[in-house]
Amino acid sequence: MKWKSLFVAVAALTALAISTGQPAKAQSGDDPGPAAYAETLKDKRIVLVPMAMGFDLAQGWAAYLKREVEGWGGVFETRDPNWSTEAAAQALTELVSSDPKPNVLIVHSPDLNSFSKILKRAQSEGIYVVLIDNPMNFPADAFIGSDWDRLGQLEAEAAVKGCGEGSSKKIGLVQGDAANASSIYQYNGIMKVLKKYPDFKVVAEPFSNWDPTTSRTVTATMLQQNPDICAIIDFWDGDATGAAAAIRDAKLDGKVFLVTTGGGEMLDCNYINDGTFGAVVMTELAGQSRDMNAIVKFLLQSGQPAGTSKTYIYTLERAWTKADLRPETCWDLKHLQAAQ
Amino acid sequence: MAQIKTLGGMTQERIVFALAVLLFLAASVGLGGFFSADNLVAIVRSVSVLGILAVGMAIIIIGRGIDLSMVAIMAMSVAWYLQMLNDGMSGGTALALVLAGVIAIGLINGFLVAYADVPAIFATLASSAFVYGFVRSQLIGQDATPVPPDHWVELLGRFRFLDVPVEVFFFSAVAFAAFLFLRFAKWGRYTYLMGDNFMAARNMGIPVRPMIVLRYVLSALIAFAAGILIASSLHSINVRVVNSNLLYDVILVVVIGGIGLNGGTGGMRNVIVGALLIGIMQNAMTIIDISNIYQNLIKSTILLIAIVVDGLLNPRDEQTAQQGDI
Repeated sequence: MKWKSLFVAVAALTALAISTGQPAKAQSGDDPGPAAYAETLKDKRIVLVPMAMGFDLAQGWAAYLKREVEGWGGVFETRDPNWSTEAAAQALTELVSSDPKPNVLIVHSPDLNSFSKILKRAQSEGIYVVLIDNPMNFPADAFIGSDWDRLGQLEAEAAVKGCGEGSSKKIGLVQGDAANASSIYQYNGIMKVLKKYPDFKVVAEPFSNWDPTTSRTVTATMLQQNPDICAIIDFWDGDATGAAAAIRDAKLDGKVFLVTTGGGEMLDCNYINDGTFGAVVMTELAGQSRDMNAIVKFLLQSGQPAGTSKTYIYTLERAWTKADLRPETCWDLKHLQAAQ
Repeated sequence: MAQIKTLGGMTQERIVFALAVLLFLAASVGLGGFFSADNLVAIVRSVSVLGILAVGMAIIIIGRGIDLSMVAIMAMSVAWYLQMLNDGMSGGTALALVLAGVIAIGLINGFLVAYADVPAIFATLASSAFVYGFVRSQLIGQDATPVPPDHWVELLGRFRFLDVPVEVFFFSAVAFAAFLFLRFAKWGRYTYLMGDNFMAARNMGIPVRPMIVLRYVLSALIAFAAGILIASSLHSINVRVVNSNLLYDVILVVVIGGIGLNGGTGGMRNVIVGALLIGIMQNAMTIIDISNIYQNLIKSTILLIAIVVDGLLNPRDEQTAQQGDI
């Protein structure tokens, strides 16, 4: 009799466990979170397609995401289009039709429109699309990156401060190109701030095409024409070394305050310390990468179909100058990669 | 020596030179700040790297070839050199290694063209992609490589003589050396003979194949020198330049200066005139604040005109008709 009732009890318990789908150990008071988390995230394929893998931000994102994604049991891959829009489009097309499909595409778009169609197709195939750094005219599941308008405003504020009272109040811009959202919005932001300071004037605004040699040539001409410029805003640290060289060549170091923006890699801090850059609006890489990782995990667990949510997460930016630079302000790519 | 065919006494070089002078006068009158010693130095300086590459390209084109790998060799060799220095290798070893690499690529280019009979345009296009891909993926970790502090490359960039920056001397020296080579060295004069009539040059006993190899090695070394100059002024080198249209600008300078693509004509004077025209144009367009897109449009229109004029002034002879350009 005793054995029979025990058998019934065990059978009933087993039936209960099967019917609710709960692992038996949950009964013993374990937290159901980790198991559910591991279950949904396991083997999910996350692919990062930056504009190129060869620059600090992309390498930083990749190093961080690889560690995190592999940490929660996912598969992390990157593609390197090496600044070619065609190559990136091809990589995306190949990814969307690959088997198994990626679960999340993290895309760094070179312009506002190029990838709209292919990303739309990705979403219709159930792939979440997360845009980073450069916004697009496309309803992605999430955007994580800089508010470029705000970033431009910070640059302009830094330039105005760098010029100071009693200066010529002439500012020169070295823009990126005419198609990239980061360049366009940065410009708008700068102009917004300069409206507040009507005595400040933009005397020239050439394009560098993100190339340091071009940046140097146009800056040299700009300084030739306006030797009393008090500040120059170059739209990217990747080519601002060219503007810095032109300032050095014109023997105006210390007189022209160079403002730029970048990923906050150690090189940025070194340039601020040696006076090459006056101020750099830095993207806080660790925070930005953590946001990416969090949104990827959220989307995968949300049950929300791809293409139905719309989240913007802007990274906190600030302008750093030599006065407020701290040893931990910049991150070191070598250390980050070595920590793998 | 080179026989430049004329049309009513006007060679293309003279037309371009006249155009440069006209532009120069117009800019001097119309643009404040253009006609100043500093700006003139800045103009020469802004085209010095372009000019040095054009010197190498001119030597190749005069011998009826083309080297599309110059920009890749320029950027990748210097990036590799700086990477080795940053990794703590001794300066001498790094320089020896990178020079060996540069010469090897020149030899491969020359071998493919001279012995394997691959058309120069394909051989160097392929080696350009190979050099970029190999160095970028195997030897360096990122696009931009900085010059180590206080290294001679950085000190070179600070060099001034009578307030004239080092680039101007560098460009002049390379152009002058190339002039001496083409005009007075036996091997230099062979270049014209081979460019003018390859079969005749071979029949008269010129060692045409080693000569071709030599020229590609020269252009590779000149490309490396141009790269060092970039690194010395920017204190870093960014290999993204390989994706830019610098290579087309180099060909533009050569062709616009009046060196015919069918070989055998022209000299260093043409390169200097071409480079100055481009320098004056770019400088004036930047002063007027014309955006990059329009600058490219204007430059490409001028290249088209130059190619058409080249076709009129240097009509295709039977030789070219049989072999084709380049």
